[in-house]
Amino acid sequence: MPYKSSVPLFWRLKDAKYSLVGTKCITCNQVFFPPADFCPQCRRKGKIEKFQFSGNGEVVSYTVIRVAPEGFEKYVPYVVAIIQLDEGTRISGQIIGDINKVEIEKRVKSVFRRITEDNDQGLIHYGIKFEIVD
Amino acid sequence: MRRVAVIGAGYTKFGEHWNKSLRQLSTEAGALALEDAKLEGKDIQALYIGNMSSGHFIGQEHVAALAADQSGLTPIPATRVEAACASSALAFRQAVLSIMSGKHDIVIAAGAEKMTDITGASALSTLMGAGDQEWESSIGLTFAGLYALMAQRHMKDYGTTREQMAMVSVNNHKNGSLNPLAQHPFEITVEKVLNSSLIADPLRLLDCSPITDGAAAVVLVSEELAKRFENPIWVLGSGQASDTLALHNRNSMTEMLSTKVAAKIAYGEAKLKPENIDVVEVHDCFSINEIIAIEDLGFCEKGQGGKFVEDNKIARDGERPVNTTGGLKSIGHPVGATGIRQIIDIVKQLRGTYGSLQINGAKTGLALNIGGSGATAAVHILGREY
Ligand SMILES: [Zn+2]
Repeated sequence: MPYKSSVPLFWRLKDAKYSLVGTKCITCNQVFFPPADFCPQCRRKGKIEKFQFSGNGEVVSYTVIRVAPEGFEKYVPYVVAIIQLDEGTRISGQIIGDINKVEIEKRVKSVFRRITEDNDQGLIHYGIKFEIVD
Repeated sequence: MRRVAVIGAGYTKFGEHWNKSLRQLSTEAGALALEDAKLEGKDIQALYIGNMSSGHFIGQEHVAALAADQSGLTPIPATRVEAACASSALAFRQAVLSIMSGKHDIVIAAGAEKMTDITGASALSTLMGAGDQEWESSIGLTFAGLYALMAQRHMKDYGTTREQMAMVSVNNHKNGSLNPLAQHPFEITVEKVLNSSLIADPLRLLDCSPITDGAAAVVLVSEELAKRFENPIWVLGSGQASDTLALHNRNSMTEMLSTKVAAKIAYGEAKLKPENIDVVEVHDCFSINEIIAIEDLGFCEKGQGGKFVEDNKIARDGERPVNTTGGLKSIGHPVGATGIRQIIDIVKQLRGTYGSLQINGAKTGLALNIGGSGATAAVHILGREY
């Protein structure tokens, strides 16, 4: 089993996990991904709305995972990066394609891919990965 | 507020204890601490125990009551403290606060983890419980991966080299070779580190602390009682801070704000500066983290940690001896026990009776224990005198 997953968890996070929908505080214009329901800056004065990210961004740092946690063993080696999204926040995501093309500061765009699966009969996890834009 | 001193300390052999359970290890550590303090179980008024994930590792929760039960300390209050790999530094801090407050006079603080009853992959997943489950673990990140992301950025921003990171492991293994309680008490070379298998680029196997079983315990007493004991070691400062759970939510990947805040508090309380610290324990779960910690604790400028290591300043006979008994890398890293193990090694150095491990003349020491990728940091400063 990979990390603790469940049908309701994916249902709750479906807009974020499948479509990169985060949130924005329209009081201070800060954007959040993963979506936040509470603006840490404006606190209770913040007004939160849904916000669609473009999926375009830049590699802040990356690594190649060679020893995987449960559920990811068969995918090694795979690249995991921290991506600065153009709209103004950072997320962690895998980068697909040629490992040797990944570098800090390279531009990326989001793609929709299978991430892992719980087991033979379990949930299949889909979500956002990234690819290098040449 | 009244002062607090450590008057008893001991940790078990660290390693793969296939023949010992969590309950046996924690009882063994408690007995070592009480014997060292020359106290009886009936003298203890409260127990705090750090433990990260016994529920995942062995299916057992409620381990504070279990520890009190197994060591015959019931019915005293027994409290478990959890902050991932920083669990037991926080248990120590809770014990300190409970004495400072006047609620208790004699308290035992312990840490224990039993990690080797499950497979390696399962242990990696369990440890990732310290990260953000929904947004880090879910995409296949590991803790080696998180620290590798920091390492890549540290190399890019400051020119830190692969060899400098290897030298951290070499130093810690050299020191650990003197420690009979270490899991891996042998020396290694830079070449060996660089030829070990890649775990998460650029980190290799010998940059990573191992998976370990072990327990550690200390006895703390109030200022009034401390004077009755031989060689009390004083808690001069206790700082704790938090940061975002996920690494990606931090502005900087090459420093830990939690460490800087906790250190500032601890230095302030102790009225000491980095240059006044004689021995240091840092959280070298991965080699890069020792470099980041040396910088964040103020022993050198940001970005100069690699050079500091390369210049051998962290060696036992260097300017600022770091991880003088082996660190997490050589001693092992039973996650819930490490924080108190670090404090014990500082206590023993400050007593001045640590045999072949002794750093001569050490009067002040600092221990930094980190939870996750830096979402929790605890800094304790101890001294022979106050
Ligand atoms: Zn706001």
